[in-house]
Amino acid sequence: MDHFKVENLSISFGGLKAVNNISFSVEKNSIFSIIGPNGSGKTTIFNMISGIYKPDSGRIICDGENIVGSSPDHVARKGVARTFQNIELFSNATVMDNLLLGRHIHMKTGVFAGAFMWGRGSAAAKEEIANREIVENIIDFLDLQSVRNHYVASLPYGKRKLVELGRALALEPKILLLDEPSAGMNTEEKGDLNIWIKDIQADYQVTILLIEHDMNMIMGISDRIFAMNQGEKIVEGVAAEVQCHPEVIKAYLGEDLSC
Amino acid sequence: MDMKRDYYEDIQLFQSGVVLFWTVVLLLVLFTLPLVVPNYYVYLFNIIMVHIILAVGLNILVGSTGQISLGHAGFFAIGAYGTVLMMTLFQLPFILAILIAAFIAAFFGFILGLPALRLEGPYLAIVSLGFGLTIMHVIGGVDAFGGRMGIKVPPLDLGIKQLGISWILTTDFHKYYLILIMTIIMVVGARNILKTRVGRSFVAIRDSDIAAEVIGVNLTIYKTLAFAVSAFYAGIAGGLFGFVLGFFDPFTFNMILSIIFLVMVVVGGLGTILGGIMGATLITYLQYDLLKNIAEVPYFGALMVAVSKQWFTLVGLENFSSMAIGLIMIGIIIFEPLGMFGLWIRMKKYWMTWPF
Ligand SMILES: Nc1ncnc2c1ncn2[C@@H]1O[C@H](COP(=O)(O)OP(=O)(O)O)[C@@H](O)[C@H]1O
Ligand SMILES: [Mg+2]
Repeated sequence: MDHFKVENLSISFGGLKAVNNISFSVEKNSIFSIIGPNGSGKTTIFNMISGIYKPDSGRIICDGENIVGSSPDHVARKGVARTFQNIELFSNATVMDNLLLGRHIHMKTGVFAGAFMWGRGSAAAKEEIANREIVENIIDFLDLQSVRNHYVASLPYGKRKLVELGRALALEPKILLLDEPSAGMNTEEKGDLNIWIKDIQADYQVTILLIEHDMNMIMGISDRIFAMNQGEKIVEGVAAEVQCHPEVIKAYLGEDLSC
Repeated sequence: MDMKRDYYEDIQLFQSGVVLFWTVVLLLVLFTLPLVVPNYYVYLFNIIMVHIILAVGLNILVGSTGQISLGHAGFFAIGAYGTVLMMTLFQLPFILAILIAAFIAAFFGFILGLPALRLEGPYLAIVSLGFGLTIMHVIGGVDAFGGRMGIKVPPLDLGIKQLGISWILTTDFHKYYLILIMTIIMVVGARNILKTRVGRSFVAIRDSDIAAEVIGVNLTIYKTLAFAVSAFYAGIAGGLFGFVLGFFDPFTFNMILSIIFLVMVVVGGLGTILGGIMGATLITYLQYDLLKNIAEVPYFGALMVAVSKQWFTLVGLENFSSMAIGLIMIGIIIFEPLGMFGLWIRMKKYWMTWPF
C-alpha cells in the first residue's frame, strides 16, 4: 500500500496553471523536499493536500485512501498536519493554548463535560491534565519553556515559527507539511531547526514534506528532492541528481549549487 | 533535580490561596448583602445578576468566537416566555421549565448560527437584528403568549406540584438567592468551557479560521455551537428575568435591549469572563439607577434636565441614559479597547508594584 502520493495533480487560477500534472510518491518516515522559485506552485500543492484548495484533477492518496474533496478538518483527522509560509497562529492565545489546540482531534471534552469540570477527578480535568503533559514535552523539545504562557502576538518571528511547528507536532501527525520553516530565521536558529527536523523524523516516526529555500539545509536533510518551476515538474531524485540538473541550475540562476 | 509539574494547577478554579481567600470573602458579602440593603437594591441586584448571566454568554460568542449578535433580546425573550409557558401550560416544575426554555433558545441560536457560517461583520449583525425583531413580533402576534398585552408570571415554585411539594419564592429577597446560585453556576460553567477544548476552539476560530480548520476544528460545528451556547445563557437569563419583573410584554425585549447587551460586553471587556460581569454590572446600574435618578442629583441634575429639554427632547431626560451609555462606549473603544477588564488589570499591576 502506498504511504503517501499525489497523482496528476492540477489546479488553475483563472488562466494560470499554478500546478500542472504533478505526481510524486513519498516513502514512509522520509524527508521529501519540494524546491522551486517563488510562484512555482509549491504552497499550492500543500494547500491542495490539506484540503484548502480542491484540485481541478488528480488524486492525493494517504494510506491508500484518496483524500481529495475532504475538508481541512477531515484531512487533519487523517493525520496530516502543517505549518504555513506566513504563519497562521492564534495570536491572542498563549503558546500553551496554541499547542493544546493542536491536541484538538485527540481530545473529546464537549460543552457539558467542559462546563462541569468540577475538580481534579472530572473527566474534563483528567483529559486536560493528560494533554497538557504531552504538550509540555513538545515545549521542552522545542525549547519554548521561557515563553510558555506568553501571548503569541508578543513573540518574535522565529519563536512563532517554532510555536507553529510545535502545534503541528501536537497533532501527532503521520504526514507533516512544513512550508518554508526557516524563513526569517537567523543562522543559529536555522542550525537548531535543522537538528530538530532530523529529530522529529526519528522520534515522531513522521513523514515530512518540506518546502525550503535554504539550499544547504535542503541538500543536507532531504531523502529525496522534487524540483519544480511554473507549476511543472523539473526533476525528482536524491540531492546529487537534483543539484546538478541543468534546468534546476537555470531556475536558481546565480546560485552556486556546487556541482 | 527533576521536578514533576502538577498540570491541574493551570486549570483549577482557585489558582492560589489569595484567590481562594478573596473568593470566600466575595461569596460571604454576596450572601449577606440582601440582609442589609434596602429592598429596592435587592431588586436591582437581581437584574444585575440576570444581565451578568446574559453578558457572560454573549461574550463567549462576541468576545471569544469573534461573531456578532444584535438579536440576543430574542433569545432572552424565548427564555422568559418559554419558562412561563412551560409552567402554566404543562405544569412543569420551574427548574425543568427554565432548562427546556434555555434549550429551545439554544436551538434557535443554532439556527441563527447557520447563516453566520457564510456571513461576517455587518451582514451578520443585520441578520441577527432581524432575528431579534422577528421573535418580538411573532410573540406579540400569538394570543396564547399574551399577545401585545403581555403575560403575568405564575408563582415561582421551586417544588414539584405533581408530588405535592411546594416551595414558593415570593419576595425579591428570596429570588435573590436563587438567582445568585444560578449566576455562580453559569459563570463558573462559562469559565470552565473557555478553559477546555470547546472554548479554545472558539478562540481559534476568532484568531484564524484557516488554522483552526487545519488542526481539525470543524467550523460548521463550532460556529453554530458558539451561537447555541450563547443563546442558552440568554435563555437561562430570560427565564429568571421574567420572575424578577413579574410581568412582561414583547416590547420588554426590544432592539435597544440587544444593543445594550452588546454594550455591556464591549464596555466590560471582550473575551473575558470578568469583562462580562463588570460590563453588565456597570451598565445595569447606570441604566436602572444612576441615570434614571440623575434629575435628583443637586445642581447637576437640574443642568442636565435643562440641557436635555433645550436640545434633545421635550419630556426631559428620556434620552439622557442612551446618550451617556453611548459616550461611555465611545470612550472605552478609543481609550481602553480591553474595556473595564483592561483597567482592572492595569490597576492590579499598579498595586502589585506599589510603591515602586
Ligand atoms: N488563491 C489563489 N488565487 C489566485 N492565484 C493563486 C492563488 N494561490 C496561488 N496562486 C498563484 O499560483 C502560483 C503559485 O503560487 P504558490 O503556490 O504560492 O507558489 P510558491 O509557494 O511556489 O512560491 C502563483 O502565481 C500564485 O500567484
Ligand atoms: Mg510558497
